[in-house]
Amino acid sequence: MLAARELTRRFGGLVAVDRVSLELKRGEIHALIGTNGAGKSTLINLLAGQLRPSAGTVSFRGEPLRAARPERMARLGIGRTFQHSNVFPEFSAFENCRLAAQARLPRVWALHEPAAHCRSSGEAAMRALEIVGLSERRDAAASILSHGERRALEIAMCLASDPSVLLLDEPLAGMGGEESNRVLELLRRLKTDRAILLVEHDMDAVFAVADVITVMADGAVIASGLPEAVRADPTVREAYLGDGI
Amino acid sequence: MDLQIFLIQVLNSIQYGLLLFLVASGLTLIFGIMGVINLAHGSFYMLGAYAAFVLSGLTGGLLWAIVLGVPLAVLFGYVLEWIFFSFLYRRDHLQQVLLTYGLILVFEEVRSLAVGDDVHGVAVPAALASSIPLGSAMSYPVYNLVISAACVIVAALLFVLLRRTRLGMMIRAGASNREMVRSLGIEIDFLFRVVFALGVALAAFAGMINAPASSVYPGMGNQVLIICFVVVVIGGIGSVTGALIAALAIGFVDTFGKVFLPDYSGVLVYLLMAVVLVWRPEGLLRESSA
Amino acid sequence: MSIARPILWSVALLALAALPFVAGKFYIDLIAKIMIMAIFAMSLDLLVGVTGLVSLGHAAFFGLASYMLVLAAPDQYTAVSLWTSLPLAMAASALLALVIGALVLRTRGVYFIMVTLAFSQMVYFVFHDTKIAGGSDGTYIYVKPNASIGAWSPFNLGDNAHFYYAMLALLALTFLFLRMLLASRFGRALRGIKSNEQRMRALGFNTYAYKLAAFTIAGAIAGLAGYFAAVQFGFVNPEMLSWHQSANVLLMVILGGMGNLVGAVVGAFALVLAQDLFSSLTKHWLLLMGGFVIAVVVLLPNGLTGAGQTWRHWRERTRSG
Repeated sequence: MLAARELTRRFGGLVAVDRVSLELKRGEIHALIGTNGAGKSTLINLLAGQLRPSAGTVSFRGEPLRAARPERMARLGIGRTFQHSNVFPEFSAFENCRLAAQARLPRVWALHEPAAHCRSSGEAAMRALEIVGLSERRDAAASILSHGERRALEIAMCLASDPSVLLLDEPLAGMGGEESNRVLELLRRLKTDRAILLVEHDMDAVFAVADVITVMADGAVIASGLPEAVRADPTVREAYLGDGI
Repeated sequence: MDLQIFLIQVLNSIQYGLLLFLVASGLTLIFGIMGVINLAHGSFYMLGAYAAFVLSGLTGGLLWAIVLGVPLAVLFGYVLEWIFFSFLYRRDHLQQVLLTYGLILVFEEVRSLAVGDDVHGVAVPAALASSIPLGSAMSYPVYNLVISAACVIVAALLFVLLRRTRLGMMIRAGASNREMVRSLGIEIDFLFRVVFALGVALAAFAGMINAPASSVYPGMGNQVLIICFVVVVIGGIGSVTGALIAALAIGFVDTFGKVFLPDYSGVLVYLLMAVVLVWRPEGLLRESSA
Repeated sequence: MSIARPILWSVALLALAALPFVAGKFYIDLIAKIMIMAIFAMSLDLLVGVTGLVSLGHAAFFGLASYMLVLAAPDQYTAVSLWTSLPLAMAASALLALVIGALVLRTRGVYFIMVTLAFSQMVYFVFHDTKIAGGSDGTYIYVKPNASIGAWSPFNLGDNAHFYYAMLALLALTFLFLRMLLASRFGRALRGIKSNEQRMRALGFNTYAYKLAAFTIAGAIAGLAGYFAAVQFGFVNPEMLSWHQSANVLLMVILGGMGNLVGAVVGAFALVLAQDLFSSLTKHWLLLMGGFVIAVVVLLPNGLTGAGQTWRHWRERTRSG
């Protein structure tokens, strides 16, 4: 559904992403792993439209996207989470999700209709909160949520807009074992209708849930394929020496 | 338009542009390094002009007024940063806008209490009061050339400071990346104080040296302030080179605008800004991010 | 807590409605003027307090509508129809806001503040340097707009009690309109933009369009205020477009408390009354004004309506510190 071809991004003299090609297919969880500084977050930003590529293309459902901005990507149905929780701190958890759900609704300009009466966005928000287990905390301000709860809210916001592609940037960071398992179970359920890109450091989680794994180092892809093949690949072992694969 | 008039307008443009540059360079550095939007910056220009008036009355000459006035301005800037502006760094832009606006009101009224509201003239130093003939019918005041020359010298000194000294290196680093300077830790308070005092001194000097040519009147700072904002917007926040280019551009647009379109000359500078904004919202010398 | 607020509002509304019966002409005119400024302040609150757009050039839209009243009249002695000149004035302000907004909203942060100031200066110069409506001297308006529709004359803007009630009604209508706007999805999106614009864009909102819409609506409402300010004052000059006017209304919003509309109204009352007080004390009242501005920003960061919040924050900090 979402494909990158020879995607490159330079910052001055530094090549952060070097001719990366990968494909996200519906029904697949595609994991992206690599050491710190390998270019994973930059790649997500490129795919989400936050950064413009220096070279290469991003295509959605076969159509290449030229100079797409984040608004357009989101409206196409590409949802993302952020590595550092990027929520609306003054709003409640519910309102955070409701706003996310509102983004893809038509008829924005109905000035006379109170947002609170908007059923579709309210229901989508509650569903998203239930899925991640935050329904009890729906009225808590996002700023007072615990770190793990905020990561869950990140995911809920992404889900509330019902995207067909999910780009998840280290969603499990800072989560306990039980919470992590819940999220992984959720991802397994979600992948049936969607394409999921999962950037993670937690190797157990990655190997438990990924259908395809791509490994990056210094901005370039050094291996890509089925989990077992990647695990056995000598280049990967070398790059990850001591990381417990 | 014949050559003599053209030459005069060019000289006027350069003079105006250089004066703007002196004031705007301080503004852009304060913005870029301390992240403070300072509406009171025009007041420093006004205070400089009034200082020139008062001091030349006391000492009998503009030259002595400047010799005394510039160190006074530096001291004033240093103290002002210490007791007032250092509290602004942590505040958001809205609060900075209103706090510095309050400061303008205070400065204007203190000036009114101390010196009154009349328009004053400052005498051009006798040695420089002549005119250079240009061609057969026109002449150009020597003092105006002196203004431009003084501005060029100060600008050159500023560039030497910025590019050749360790202090200048810290300033330039700070202007492009404030966080980096913070992480250097030491001497940060001193750096801010120096930059602020430098900005005040530059603006005050511009006010002093231009006082004989433009006369000294209430509200003169506000006009300069807003044009300086335009300079900073066009040139890019934190970029002294950008400020120079923008100030000269505005000098030319405004001066020649007054000649060809006198009714709309005030508007032309803003049109220039509008054009730049359409093309490059972050200013001429800034790299636009993706 | 929830019963106290409606009671407070009802009392305030009743007090305002009863004023013309108990007060003299001076106070009726003063409160009418404050209500006009309150409308102006609410329009800016939509930008600053709700959407997070700090505009230092809002007076341009206020002043343009004032000038439209003059420009719509064939001469200084003929009354225009309220029902044609007011929409015209508001439309002009809205159009100017649309054009300026389209340009300035390309910038962010400090740049945005500066360019709003610069563009409003441009508008100021257009009226100051040219001969339009008297140039820097301004123009007098000798007759108030005519509110009649055909043969029926619902009210007379020349009567100061009628004018007062008209302004009270407008204040209430504007307040209700903006309240409705803020409760709508559009309004929630604006608040989202103030909270975290980057995230809004990542969610799919076209934040530029939202900001431009807010800017235009705010400009139109500022025009509403500016039109009636001219009607009441009977005189227009470029100072109505000056940046001092812009700073003044910004101060009202801060003084009262941002983002909740009521703050803007409270701020307008407080500031105009403070100005009246200061100017009666000394010729150099601007000095007091300057000190007042600084004191308000430092001591009441959440404004008067947020004083309780400021007090609680301060208590927590001194307790834990």
